[in-house]
Parts: sequence; C-alpha cells; structure tokens
Amino acid sequence: MSLAQRRLVSWHLYVAVGALALGASMGPLQALEHMGIDLYRYVPFLASYYQGLSLHGVLNVLVWTTFFISGFLTFVTSATLRRPLYSLRLGWLAWGLMTVGVVMAGWAMLTNQATVLFTSYPPLKGHPAYYFGLTLLVVGTWLVSANLFLTWRQWRREHPTERTPLGAFGALVTFVMWDLASVGLAVESLLMLIPMSLGTVEGTDPVLARAFFWFTGHPIVYFWLLPAYVSWYSMVPKQAGGKLFSDPLARLALLLFIPFSIPVGLHHQFTDPGIAQGWKMVHAALTFVVFFPSAMTAFTLLASLENAGRARGARGWFDWFFRLPWRDPSVAAQLFAMILFALGGISGIINASYNLNLMVHNTAWVPGHFHLTVGSGVTLTFMGISYWLIPYLTGRRLWSPKAALVQAWTWFIGMLIFGRGMHWLGLLGAPRRTMLGAATYAQLRPDWALPSVLVGVGGVILAVSLYLYLVQIVATLFFSREPAQVEVPEAEAVSGPEHAPFWFERWRLWVGAAVGLAALGYVPTLVDLLTRFTPVPGLRVW
Amino acid sequence: MQIDRYERRWMVLTAVTLAVLFVAVMGSVLGAGIQVPGIDGQVDPRALASTPPFDRPGLRELGPGRYEATIVAFIWAYSPNEIRVPAGSTVTFTLTSRDVVHGFRILDTPVNTMVIPGQVARVTHTFTRPDTYLFVCHEYCGVNHHTMYGRIIVE
Repeated sequence: MSLAQRRLVSWHLYVAVGALALGASMGPLQALEHMGIDLYRYVPFLASYYQGLSLHGVLNVLVWTTFFISGFLTFVTSATLRRPLYSLRLGWLAWGLMTVGVVMAGWAMLTNQATVLFTSYPPLKGHPAYYFGLTLLVVGTWLVSANLFLTWRQWRREHPTERTPLGAFGALVTFVMWDLASVGLAVESLLMLIPMSLGTVEGTDPVLARAFFWFTGHPIVYFWLLPAYVSWYSMVPKQAGGKLFSDPLARLALLLFIPFSIPVGLHHQFTDPGIAQGWKMVHAALTFVVFFPSAMTAFTLLASLENAGRARGARGWFDWFFRLPWRDPSVAAQLFAMILFALGGISGIINASYNLNLMVHNTAWVPGHFHLTVGSGVTLTFMGISYWLIPYLTGRRLWSPKAALVQAWTWFIGMLIFGRGMHWLGLLGAPRRTMLGAATYAQLRPDWALPSVLVGVGGVILAVSLYLYLVQIVATLFFSREPAQVEVPEAEAVSGPEHAPFWFERWRLWVGAAVGLAALGYVPTLVDLLTRFTPVPGLRVW
Repeated sequence: MQIDRYERRWMVLTAVTLAVLFVAVMGSVLGAGIQVPGIDGQVDPRALASTPPFDRPGLRELGPGRYEATIVAFIWAYSPNEIRVPAGSTVTFTLTSRDVVHGFRILDTPVNTMVIPGQVARVTHTFTRPDTYLFVCHEYCGVNHHTMYGRIIVE
C-alpha cells in the first residue's frame, strides 16, 4: 500500500485514539463516583458529572468508533482488492469534514454548552455547533463510503466474474447498511435539532425526534459491530493459525444485517408513550430475527478457531481452545472481545424482549449491556486490530507486546467486574446516566452499595488497561525503533468464496429489501407521529 | 451453497430458541397482561395548568380499591412526590412532563415509563403488600437529575 494511503488511514486512527483518550478517561471518574468517591471536583474544566458523561458518550461511541471504522475499512477494502483507493483527495476531504465536525462538537461540549449526552434528546437544547459538528461527522462517513464503492466498481470492471474478497465484501456491506440507517439521524438533525438550537422554530416534537434518532440509533450498533465481524471472519482465523470455516455463510450473515438491522429501533422506545404497542411488538420480533446472523457468526467463529487449534496440534473436545495463540496480543484481545460480546448479546436479548424490558429499561443494566458490546466486543477488537495495523502502517514494531497482552487481560477482567456490577445495579432498579453517588435517594437503597463497589473496582482496572493502550500507541509511534515485518492477515476458507451464489453481490436486491422492510416497520409510526406533531420549546437545563 | 450438517442444526436450534422466547413473551402479554405503555393521548406542555387532569395533580379514588394518580414531572421533581394508598390498591398513574423528557420507574415493581412532554403516559399497578416504594427519574433531565424522586407509601 502506498505511503500516501497509509498516511490517510493512520490519521483516521490518530483522531480515533485521541478521542478515546479523552472520552474514556472520564470512565473511571464515573465508576468511582458511583462508589461514592467524587474526583470530578478536581477536574478543572468540568462543570458537572453530566458534562463528563456527555464527553464520555460522544467521544467513545461516536468519534472513536467512526474514525477507527472509516480508517480500518478504507484499509481493508484497498488491501483485499489489491488496488489503490479511488481518490485520495476524496479520502482527505472526508477526514477533514469529520475532523472539523469533531472539533466543533468537542468545543461545544468542553465549554459546557452541549451537556446533552450522546442521545441528544430534544427539548434539551445544545449549542448549534454541537449539532452541526455531529452532522458533518455523518456526512463525512457518506464520503468515505462513496470512495469505497467507487474503488470497488473499478475493481469489478476488471474482475467481472470473481467474488469480491471477503474483507472488502464486509466493508461494503457495512457502509451499505450504514448509509441507509443514517438517514434517520440526518432527518432529525437537519429538520429538528438544528432549527431548534438556532431558534428558528418554536419547538420540536420529542417523541418524533426519538423515533428518527432510534431509526439510526439501533443500526448504528451494527455499524460499530460489522467491522469487528470483518476482522473476526476474514483475519482472526489466519492470525490464529487456521482457516475460516465457511466463507459463503460468513457473507450471508453479514448480508442479513442490511435488511434486518433497521426496522428494530422501536425496541429502544418500548416504554415511550405515544407509540402503538403493536408496532413495538413488530420491532421486538424483528430484533429477534437480527440476532440470528450473530448466532451464525458464533458458530462459524468457534468452528474456525477449532480448526486453528487442531492445526496447532490439539486433540479431544476442548484442547483446541487452549492451543490458540493466547500470547499474541492481537489474537488474545479479539478472543476476549468475542467472549465479552457473547455475554452482552445475551443481555441484549433481554432488553429486546418487549415487556421483559420493563425490568431493565433505562437502568444501569443498559450501560452494563453496551459496555460488553460496543465497549468490549467492538472496542477491544479495535485495540487488537491496532496491535498489527499500526506497526503495518508505520513500519515500526509494537513497542511492548507484553504490555499489550496485559492490556487485553486487564480490559477483560475489568469489564467482567464492571459489567457484573452494572447489570446487578440495574436489576436492583438503579437508574442509568445518573450521578448515583450524589443521588438524594441512594442512601435509601443500601442494597446498591455492593454492586457499586464492583463498578468502581472494574472501572479502575479498565483505566489501567486504557492507559496501557494509549502508552503503547504513543510509544510505538515515537520510541519504537525496530522495523516491523507485518503481513495483512487474510484467512483462507475451508469452504471457499466460490461456493457463494453470485446474487450475494446484487446490491440492488439487498438495498431494495432493506428499504422495503424499513418502510414497513417505520412508515405507519412516523406518519402517525407527524399527524400528532406537538412542538415543545428547547431548554438548557445544565 | 453447501451448509455443513452441524451448522444447519445450530441454525435450526437458534431459530427454535428465539421462537420459543418470543412465544413466552407473547404469553406474558396476553396471559399475565403485562403491557408496555401505548398511545394514551396528548397535551400541550405549556398549558398544563389549565388542562385536566394535570391542572390538579394528586390522588383520586375511582372506586373501591381503585385509584388514579395524576403526576406532573418537571425539572427536577414530581408533583405530587408522595402518594399514600392502602394495601391491595390498584393505581393507574397518569403522567406527563412540563419541560424536558423525564422517566418514571417505581423500584421493585414492573412500572417503567418515559415521561415525555406533549405525551400522556398511563400505567397501572396493584400494590399488594404494605411498604414504601421509591419512584425515580431514569432519564437524564439536567444537572440535578439525580435529585428527582418520590415515594408511594402503601399502608
């Protein structure tokens, strides 16, 4: 890959890691606060717990993920198609727009003018720079995807009969899904949030805004997750010393996310008044359907890892698990990510279970759930990827593989303890996104004390892990002098891509199915909410 | 496309498990009648002071053992924030918000709803044993969100 292109990918990763450094640093403060230790007052630039929480949410789930994904999938597409990116200039334009957006939103958050948390529910009214900034971030991802589609089209012209390599295939699926899904957020932002924050409308309808937000807000989790699946399917089997079990079924699992990821967003609104129970039930059913490709993924990955373990000399039923290259930090991080993600998937099924959700909706259970999914399944995988990708891009060996291994272990252990604490707190009824240590009702609930200690302890272990990761990246960039010999891992398959039917790459078919299903799942609810539009004036309440 | 025998079994097993879970959820909706909030009306949040029943929040007896509790949520409290009912009472909570999005979760019960300005939320629960139940705001509603709560005293 050309030096110019490596530089483009690297700069995506640098912004990603920078956002993680600031956003995730808030995490241990929140965890310790739950335990009754308030360190917030010592952070000079923070006006409140909730300002820190906004930075934590936005910088981690929107900025760290979006920049890492844009860089990583650009890399994967170009590397597996074995051709340069369609346009480097377009790549830098996308990066520039996204970076300007992050600076604008970041400025608003750091000056306490957008303490609205990452969900930004109106009528909370943040500074217009915040909404403009996040809009630019989304527009940037559209340009990234355009660049990848155009790169693929050039490749397709030269290879009319070949199957797209699995890595590039996964990258395309991710962006096809995301471009469709992000329409909801774009509509909410341009027609509701920006006019509200500029004061050009008398107010906006909170339920309608929530419906548009969650139209994007659930599939966004697959935008985070699918790049991790791309690594797990097309790279990890090779890194572990084996072969992918089934390439065609990997493709099918990825493809199913295109139609099924969008008409599920109402499951975030089961407890919202103003939305019919019947449509909530439909989305509950479809959420169960979209669990299916993840269950397929579990099988394929276990079979692939077993294949790797046996190739490394394993016998018996379970020996293969222990024969995997656990000393390779990139592999270990991603294996831990898979285990934590499986646990998060199970709590997710509970969230999605219509009325069972009443027990956990908006309790600490929910952040417990998404710290195991996006905070571990995705984030720890991205950390694992960066342990080979950054040496590849910079030509410098990893500063300390041993420290990287400790980082993976501490994230795993820290997240198990933290996740256990949060899920437990949630079952006891503790609300989410709440300054629990200072809550006036907390002393009435002595049963919250023990799980809060788990949250605090887990949070501190996670902080150690985070700083090990940041030190590793900085030290690799500035102090590692040895040249790296890194190959891009590209797994072969037991059952190869030639077994995949060609209609898997008829994108119009998949986009059509997705649009149809999304319309079916959303149009009646959106029309109903539009006819009952109730404007509510924006408010600053922090 | 060929599908491995074990993989096919796994896919069938997954589908059956999900179907059974969904049927169980349906069963609890139809059988036990545990419902999530639905469409229960709308109200202008700027005119609550003149819109019944939110002009006079509080507890009303509808019949023997049946009550309606009208609650207005605002930054950062509920009005009223204390309700007393005898054990065995069935209480329908009718809520709305005056300003931003709030939450309403009665701890140790399945009562859980968002309280959204412009929308009326209605949930019903029967309190069988005497106790003090806390209800808390579980949606971020500003800088004193963690001070927003109330109690239901079941005597």
